[in-house]
Amino acid sequence: MKTSSSIYKIGGYLLVLICLNHVAFAQKSDSSQLLLNMDAVYNRPFLQAGSFPVAIGGYIEAQGEYFVSDGITEGVSFKIPRMTLFVSSTITERIKFLSEIEFEEGTKEINIEFAALDFEFHPLLNFRGGIIMNPIGAFNQNHDGPRWEFVDRPISATTIIPATFSNVGFGLHGKTYQKQWVWAYEAYVTNGFNDQIVANSEGRTWLPAAKENVDRFEENFNAVPLITLKTAIRHRKIGEIGLSWMGDVYNKYEEDGLLLDQKRRLDVVAIDFNTSAIKNLDITGEWVWAFVDVPATYSQQFGSQQQGGFIDFVYTVLKREMFGWENARINLALRLEHVDYNVGSFEETGGNIHDDLQAIVPAISFRSSSQTVIRVNYRYIWETDLLGNPTAKTAGFQIGISSYF
Amino acid sequence: MINIKIKVLPVICFMAAIIYSCDEVFPEAPAENELLDGPIGALSFSEQNRFLAGDVAFNDEIFTPESGLGPMFVATSCGSCHPGDGKGHPFTTLTRFGQTSPGQSTDFPAGAPQLQNRAIPGFEPEKLTLGTPFMKFTPPAVTGLGLLAALTDEQILKNADPDDVDGDGISGIPNYIDPPDYFQPKWFHQAVNAQFIGRFGKKAAAIDLLQQTATAYNQDMGVTSTFEPLDVATDLSVDPEVSDQTIREVVFYLSTLKAPIQRDPETYNVIQGQQIFTDINCGSCHIPSWTTPESDIPALSNKTFHPYTDLLLHDMGPELDDGATEGSAETYEWRTPPLWGLGLSPDSQGGEFFLMHDGRAKSIEEAILMHGGEANDSRGSFEQLSDIDKQKLLTFLKSL
Repeated sequence: MKTSSSIYKIGGYLLVLICLNHVAFAQKSDSSQLLLNMDAVYNRPFLQAGSFPVAIGGYIEAQGEYFVSDGITEGVSFKIPRMTLFVSSTITERIKFLSEIEFEEGTKEINIEFAALDFEFHPLLNFRGGIIMNPIGAFNQNHDGPRWEFVDRPISATTIIPATFSNVGFGLHGKTYQKQWVWAYEAYVTNGFNDQIVANSEGRTWLPAAKENVDRFEENFNAVPLITLKTAIRHRKIGEIGLSWMGDVYNKYEEDGLLLDQKRRLDVVAIDFNTSAIKNLDITGEWVWAFVDVPATYSQQFGSQQQGGFIDFVYTVLKREMFGWENARINLALRLEHVDYNVGSFEETGGNIHDDLQAIVPAISFRSSSQTVIRVNYRYIWETDLLGNPTAKTAGFQIGISSYF
Repeated sequence: MINIKIKVLPVICFMAAIIYSCDEVFPEAPAENELLDGPIGALSFSEQNRFLAGDVAFNDEIFTPESGLGPMFVATSCGSCHPGDGKGHPFTTLTRFGQTSPGQSTDFPAGAPQLQNRAIPGFEPEKLTLGTPFMKFTPPAVTGLGLLAALTDEQILKNADPDDVDGDGISGIPNYIDPPDYFQPKWFHQAVNAQFIGRFGKKAAAIDLLQQTATAYNQDMGVTSTFEPLDVATDLSVDPEVSDQTIREVVFYLSTLKAPIQRDPETYNVIQGQQIFTDINCGSCHIPSWTTPESDIPALSNKTFHPYTDLLLHDMGPELDDGATEGSAETYEWRTPPLWGLGLSPDSQGGEFFLMHDGRAKSIEEAILMHGGEANDSRGSFEQLSDIDKQKLLTFLKSL
């Protein structure tokens, strides 16, 4: 939201930051083995001044890259994909507030990604209201740049699941512990998608187009709320697996009492997992399916089914004091990605509709601490167009830094 | 915890192997003769800028309901019909109907001349009434069109032989078209009864690239302009949905796309195949070479090029008579399609061939065997070739 009022709000947050001269670094421990992806929003380093009830934090990402697509390059490019500010407050013992405001690519976009109040009635019954990150998959909730060894976000998590995807609404969440296990759930009703997901200039079913509706924090596009459900379970020594779903009617089927179209549904299902069961090796993955009721008489280039996912392997090859930093680490990492934006076949020929891509991303990263990372990626992407014509190949190197502050 | 000791060196070697396995660190550009897109040589800086603007409008601009798509349409962008500037796929085949005899200009049924077989959400597309004659047109490649547009009517008419005076069985008839209001004749256009020779389209129904482009925006995407201001869904005028400037940039882009470059022209089989092509008289209609006169675009002036077409209509026999037509063409007459770029067709048609006007031929050989009418003799000669000579001819055609 590029409004001047948003900028004033940001200014207010910065003022709070300036006022906090003498601060203590009250970082929450990230060593717990029973934290879930849903905890990521609170599991961040915050700065807090003594007993002052407000804590602040944030993170920044900066990167440079050089890519070549089928022999053509646009040269070296640098950007700040995002800088994010957090403000949290424990209003009373069991009422918490947290907000996350993101500046993307300078001030090209300013978004409130999360701004919610949590009321804890019982560990299994928390009421949350405000701007909520819909718990679909894991990355949407656990997306902070410093947590990842890769410069770019996973393609499926940003183009099928439109991370970061947040909406205004309410819901419940809770979790319970049993020896080595923790189980959690989340259930929200929020504003949701709109018909731009099949009426956009990307020329494909494109869920991120819903985010272009600047009114979505003000009113629902149609009368039907988006429902998002997630459940996850973690074993202390094995890892976590989550299953999530969100469903909505995305089109404006009625206005002023006039029927404009039939109701058309969108359903997204995701499964995510992560494990550190093998010493020094972290494996994280997510797979998503999207089902969209696209009118049969609309263009087949807008797929009614999409699927994709990624799997990350991060291996710590060195962990010791380096350059004066205790517990510094060097990681080698590998990401494998696949996205199919249009699962189906042509009515005219029966041939496969392509519109898919594969990517492989080897990486090396240096972490002076768990909150800060310098990473170098090599990225190779194979893209096939709708018809299955010769694959377009893109490859390049990226260097990036990211840190909480 | 499972303790697996992995040495650093093997891991690094593994990472290096992954990078190495990606063919090359940075993907190389395909050979120039493997691509259809790209500008004709010798464009000035300002012309390159116009080319780039047209390229973006043609290949990147996807229309949405908000930006003017539909409400009824066939495709959402120019590039979806002509991927990589090449031939299209059956997915975007056009259905033409309404005119059933030459010169018929009234009493078209509603919705003619093109079926709008898709619609934006909330709208219904058109459907053909049962029994209505129709033609299906696979989108053609758009490369080299500026060179064809630069030819004079006099050059085209030199190959016309409507009454087969020379007795070779090949006629060659120009399709005379009523020009749209916005058509501005150039020095090389010759009017006959206020009509002009059509050059573009399966029936040669478009006189120049402006007409071809403006009608494509209108009839293919449901996008109106000052040139074609009527909405195809209502036949009523609406505000222009694409600017004159954009249409002119696209026309310039189409005018300055390079001609397809032949591959391996010096190899034995290609040379032999070219000789067979001449021997069995394919070149009577698929005229190999032309030379442009002076053009207002310097890069198009005095250029000899090899499209393998005469831009004229020919009787192709009853099997290719769809019962519908355009302009002064008979229902069984079709414009000789250019053969340049033929071998690259699968690169834009999803790895397969969809040839002839409606994509019914799945290979070059199948397409040759579908030739009838004036091409009967050439088809018969092809059938009598030895397998080796057939392969040489096909190798030559694939090299184009």
